[in-house]
Amino acid sequence: MTTERTSGRRKQAFAAAAAVAALLTTAACGGGSDDDGGKGSSTGAAGFDAANNKVAQASLAKKGGTLKFGAAQDADSWDTTRGYYGMMWNFARYYSRQLVTNKTEPGAAGAEITPDLATATAKVTDDGKTYTYTLRDGVTWEDGKPITSQDVKYGIERVWAQDVLAGGPTYLKDVLDPKGAYKGPYKDTSKDKLGLKAIETPDAKTIVFKLPQANSDFEEMLALVSASPVRQDMDTKSKYGLKPFSSGPYKFESYAPGKDLTLVRNDKWAQASDPIRKAYPDKITIQFFSDANQLDQRLLNGDLDLDLNQTGMSPQGRTTALKEHKGNLDNPVSGYVRYAVFPQSVAPFDNIECRKAVIYGADHVSLQTARGGPVAGGDIGTNMLPPSVPGAEGQKYDPYEISGANKGGNEAKAKEALKACGQPNGFKTTIAVRNNKPVEVATAQSLQASLKKVGITAEIDQYDGSQTAGIIGSPSNVKKKGYGIIIMGWGPDFPSVQGFGLPLWSSKYIAESGNNNYALIKDKAIDGLFDSYVTTLDDAGKTKISTEINHKVMEGAYYLPFVFERFINWRSDNLANVYTTDGYSGQYDFVNLGLKNPKK
Amino acid sequence: MTAPLHEPTAEAAPSAADEAAVATASAKAVQGRSLGRIAWERLKRDKLALTGGIVVLFLVLVALFAPVITSLLGQDPNEYHENLIDPLFGTPTGSLGGISGDHLLGVEPVNGRDILARILYGARISLLVGFLSAVVAVILGTVLGILAGFFGGWVDSLISRIMDGLLAFPQLLFIIALVSVMPNHMLGLTGSSVRVFLMIVVIGFFGWPYIGRVVRGQTLSLREREYVEAARSLGAGRLYILFKELLPNLVAPIVVYTTMMIPTNILTEAALSFLGVGVKPPTASWGQMLSSAIDYYESDPMFMVVPGVAIFITVLAFNLFGDGVRDALDPKASR
Repeated sequence: MTTERTSGRRKQAFAAAAAVAALLTTAACGGGSDDDGGKGSSTGAAGFDAANNKVAQASLAKKGGTLKFGAAQDADSWDTTRGYYGMMWNFARYYSRQLVTNKTEPGAAGAEITPDLATATAKVTDDGKTYTYTLRDGVTWEDGKPITSQDVKYGIERVWAQDVLAGGPTYLKDVLDPKGAYKGPYKDTSKDKLGLKAIETPDAKTIVFKLPQANSDFEEMLALVSASPVRQDMDTKSKYGLKPFSSGPYKFESYAPGKDLTLVRNDKWAQASDPIRKAYPDKITIQFFSDANQLDQRLLNGDLDLDLNQTGMSPQGRTTALKEHKGNLDNPVSGYVRYAVFPQSVAPFDNIECRKAVIYGADHVSLQTARGGPVAGGDIGTNMLPPSVPGAEGQKYDPYEISGANKGGNEAKAKEALKACGQPNGFKTTIAVRNNKPVEVATAQSLQASLKKVGITAEIDQYDGSQTAGIIGSPSNVKKKGYGIIIMGWGPDFPSVQGFGLPLWSSKYIAESGNNNYALIKDKAIDGLFDSYVTTLDDAGKTKISTEINHKVMEGAYYLPFVFERFINWRSDNLANVYTTDGYSGQYDFVNLGLKNPKK
Repeated sequence: MTAPLHEPTAEAAPSAADEAAVATASAKAVQGRSLGRIAWERLKRDKLALTGGIVVLFLVLVALFAPVITSLLGQDPNEYHENLIDPLFGTPTGSLGGISGDHLLGVEPVNGRDILARILYGARISLLVGFLSAVVAVILGTVLGILAGFFGGWVDSLISRIMDGLLAFPQLLFIIALVSVMPNHMLGLTGSSVRVFLMIVVIGFFGWPYIGRVVRGQTLSLREREYVEAARSLGAGRLYILFKELLPNLVAPIVVYTTMMIPTNILTEAALSFLGVGVKPPTASWGQMLSSAIDYYESDPMFMVVPGVAIFITVLAFNLFGDGVRDALDPKASR
């Protein structure tokens, strides 16, 4: 009996204690989430825009775990020589090192150059025509052999082999060998295949670049992944992109194009030899999706950490994310300018006044809405230099008052321009737009609608978006089809007026196929400014020239800018040390991402 | 080559036979009811078919008067109303896709175009392509079907093999390929009219074997009937037999297949527009509306529902009506 009574009392006491404990826990929960409200969401996400141009949750990054990327688009190639997608350059830093690279810092500082394989940035001599680097000690390949200056030279020489390794940027080839004297390492007759005269390797640690003409952006070009070392005995030529030989902290474990990719730690890489890479996770995976909506869904569920493509979420996922998970989003400026361009070969766009008529007639707010609005689309573009490029003035330079008085389209001014152009009743033209970009089709329709009000009848031609080079990149085809307005976008290869504007605005870059100077600009003043830009070595002078080039382009009314593009990018609750960088057009800097909970 | 030889008799004989036929027909009409009248009375009793018919009629009227209706409503299918769009999400403000007194079915995301006006204008494209491509298919199918069935032999073999070939042809892929290589200007047409013309011709061209096979089969059995034998023995020419003896008896299956073919063609048009090879923007079309609605199926489901329902109702109405017509014309046919 006694036992029963005691046990009864004990039960009561236990119940009471449990109740109190329960109350306390709930109170604690409530308090906890209140505190989080200020800094971020209760899920641990850093908060809206917390990683935009600043570092979010750097201290929470732990070693280990699997960093999971998802992507709707595979890289053009993972071969360091052949990749041209910004996200590929960003990702390639996991498995490749360069003499110099972008700083691993947020925002504008991320676009500055810092030594990587080299001990210091270049020793520039001979009026900017000689660049000398010394390699660091202890830098190795994934098999433990040291990386030599010859490996660097061979990697760069591969850029010359455009017949086998097409696709990547060719700046190095254009600057080091403008006449095209060298035929590339695969046709090299010298025994060591290092026949390129412009690069000298006096010993395994020293590499000297001898430029025929100075180029003030040369070091920016060396910071591109196309300047990565490649070891001759590991060069599988056109198949190299399937399994590049690693010089970085991670190496390829498996890659099935369009399906998945796995990187694992390269245990031969030594932290001490690398001043910039933190190498937090043990493993990095990419899963490819054929459908962007499906990818967004997996991101929202928390199955994946971030989007490899870094081109913003699709409208569907974006809406859900903005409504329910705002703390997981960043809204960086992408470095892209989205615009319409007027080929001068197509009448009446040979007349500047007719070009102005379109600029004045367009409803710029409507175009911005079509791009996705101020948040997902970006600020109204007022000139052609993206804000991340030195010398850019953003919306402060607005010669056509695109974001000011003429925001909603200025019918009167457009008609005036039409009269000056000799087309007082308007004219007919065709807008060319890629058929695989719904947002661009939407902007084309918006432009069509607002131009109709001023008497310009535009027909929309949606061409195969995968055939850009042969369709709008061919001036003769553009003329034949009568594409008076072409809708496009452009981002800088490296943040300078040369890395952005040279292919677009220089008369030397007009090509019969793969042309990017769609407007066919042949302006001696602009060409002259580019020439003086490459020989100007001080930053202030470079900035000034950049601004001038931008002004000259805008004064010619060749372009109607839509937006300085912004993205809505997702970062999972588990990501730490996240920041966007101008070095990769507002993308997250992949190479130093870490996980808060490696076991997740 | 035989025709000139027979011509005199062929022309002489018909007049006698014709008069006789007319006489018997008019005698019958006095006593009983014509085939058409019987069919019409059967159709009137079929409530479902009648409803379908009324809806079809309504759709045709709406499509014809789309500009009048939209201007009465004070809307334009291509006018932007971006003030009705939430700039953050790109979707219409207000509930149910921005339905309001001004915009009875709401507005499109991103640009705020009036959905009702676009649905009305879209009906024009759907019905135009649906009807005219059916007409193309019926003309080709009837003529070639009769020829195959009536003449038999190598003519039949040739036409039948062509039909087999066309039926096996991947028409959707062909149309997509064709549209992308066609110039923007042809036969004095530009822009959307080129695409509409192409769709009519191509859908019609790929549709004729369906009717052609039925007509051929029907002709094969009819040409052995006694009245045809009789006409032949009286010296009737081939053309006379074809057009006076056979064709009238083929009207029922042709009408039935036409009504059944129109909704299929409307769906094909929607599919083509959905795939981006239909009419060009800004011309409204249901399929193209559906395709742009995909990106908003969660955030603005109304945008997908409206054109979806429009296609559904149209196709259903045509099918019900078509079924009714078949039952009325050929009560023996099993369902």
